[in-house]
Amino acid sequence: MNSSATLKFAPLILLVAIIALWQAICTFFNVSEFIFPSPVQIVYALFDLWGAIMGHAWRTFWTTMVGFGISIAVGVVLGFIIGSSRFAYAAMYPLMTAFNALPKAAFVPILVVWFGIGIGPAILTAFLISFFPIMVNIATGLATLEPELEDVLRVLGARRLDVLIKVGLPRTMPYFFASLKVAITLAFVGTTVSEMSASNEGIGYLLISAGSAMKMPLAFAGLLVVAIMAMAMYEFFSYIERHTTAWAHRGQGGQ
Amino acid sequence: MTSAATAQEDRSAAIAAAAASIPRGERFVDFDGVWLAYDPTLLARGEFAVEDISLSTRPGEFIAIVGPSGCGKSTFMKLATGLKMPSRGNIRIGGQAVSGPLKIVGMAFQAPTLLPWRTTLDNVLLPLEIVEPYRSQFRAKREEFAERARRLLSTVGLQGYEDKFPWQLSGGMQQRASICRALIHEPRMLLLDEPFGALDAFTREELWNVLRDLWSEQRFNVILVTHDLREAVYLADTVYVMSKRPGRLVERRQIEELWNVLRDLWSEQRFNVILVTHDLREAVYLADTVYVMSKRPGRLVERRQIDLPRPRDLEITYTPQFTDIVHELRARIGAIRKT
Repeated sequence: MNSSATLKFAPLILLVAIIALWQAICTFFNVSEFIFPSPVQIVYALFDLWGAIMGHAWRTFWTTMVGFGISIAVGVVLGFIIGSSRFAYAAMYPLMTAFNALPKAAFVPILVVWFGIGIGPAILTAFLISFFPIMVNIATGLATLEPELEDVLRVLGARRLDVLIKVGLPRTMPYFFASLKVAITLAFVGTTVSEMSASNEGIGYLLISAGSAMKMPLAFAGLLVVAIMAMAMYEFFSYIERHTTAWAHRGQGGQ
Repeated sequence: MTSAATAQEDRSAAIAAAAASIPRGERFVDFDGVWLAYDPTLLARGEFAVEDISLSTRPGEFIAIVGPSGCGKSTFMKLATGLKMPSRGNIRIGGQAVSGPLKIVGMAFQAPTLLPWRTTLDNVLLPLEIVEPYRSQFRAKREEFAERARRLLSTVGLQGYEDKFPWQLSGGMQQRASICRALIHEPRMLLLDEPFGALDAFTREELWNVLRDLWSEQRFNVILVTHDLREAVYLADTVYVMSKRPGRLVERRQIEELWNVLRDLWSEQRFNVILVTHDLREAVYLADTVYVMSKRPGRLVERRQIDLPRPRDLEITYTPQFTDIVHELRARIGAIRKT
């Protein structure tokens, strides 16, 4: 029972077991589909309204990607500034942490007033919620540069910018890709939350409208679609991380 | 002030006198009454990291500084490279006052600090991407620089490992690569801060020889900071001892003084001496006749009569006649090594 193949398929086995158990409970206790739909009912709703669901899913997906793209750009720039200047670090870090503590769902009504209903608040909420981990990781990667390495380069007459670009940034890449995995899931949260109160399209809207019409299987189907999108993007960035920063993950192999 | 402290001050003064014995124009490294406190508050309290450092070296000299941990050896390194400015006193390197980090210096530390995302070859090339004049020619002359790096790596025994990443090399190999990186831009001075401290005894002794060979060939100045006395005495021409913090130089020995022990014994008793050595200066200083042997299978390929007058003093090793003979023999050896 301990072979590596079994270990590899373990999550799948657990998932199948949970779904089977779920189905069994719903069938056996005749649970109403308005309360807690069974897997079969969810899948049925998914295929029944496939077109509509995919339309909403696509909307959520591309607004998240746009917001995420903005947070990469802003996160990298701010992270670079904070990580390279002691003054910027001291000045900005506490404010950023305080900002990050604010629940972004609370921003949505304000964004609606400024940008109207629809994609504006969705993109911006995704951005606001997801740029922080990227910024922090880049800043950390730059601020923790080994002094010996810096000395070796300074002795050659390297300027601070040389050291940051030749050594600081490449060193930060593992942290950066790791932060992307976290940030993308946060971005999906941001978009969905915004769509729930301020949009006519997207999975968030689908959840709210399905909920109010008591179409629970449809609501669950929407959740399932968002989960799959978020997981797929997480795996995508995980793949990129493994293939571009192999040098940082070799603890098990070399030496 | 305790008597021990005054004794130390006297020693420092004696060493300063020895430093002054080299004519000003011939000094490469020149520390003159250098004191360093790390920040203004410590300076105000009179708490120094190093005190009254006066030493000078000739070009191409190999000096070692030995002392207990925390005595200020690394502080000395930072002063020598211009990474820190002294609180008192003057430092001149290569005849120029030091006002900031120098470019004619290469440094290697106890930790190799190679960049893990670059291959060994790219790591060794890193200084050329930063230091002028190489930096502006880097794109144009990249192939030439890479060739130079390859040659340097093969001198230290790393041929075949140029395209490996640092984590694929052992600690000793990484340290060799680190030394190559310190030498790629042809510095006139090499500073080593306990470079072999993290290695096992066998690798350490192997790398001593690697360093010694590199130095005999290229004759840059070396300042080796170490806690290992054997290493210092084996490699260096002059060994300085630093006291514990605040660091003062309390002892200075020229290894060449050991030559005089042999010289005196021989001039007294006049037995025959056959001295086998790799050290040319030692051979020319002590002997009447020097033979050069080729590599295996060994043949005697050169015979040189040393007609320098006796009795010979260490001072003679700095005269032009002496250095001419040494250069001649070195060139001959270089020619043999290439065949």
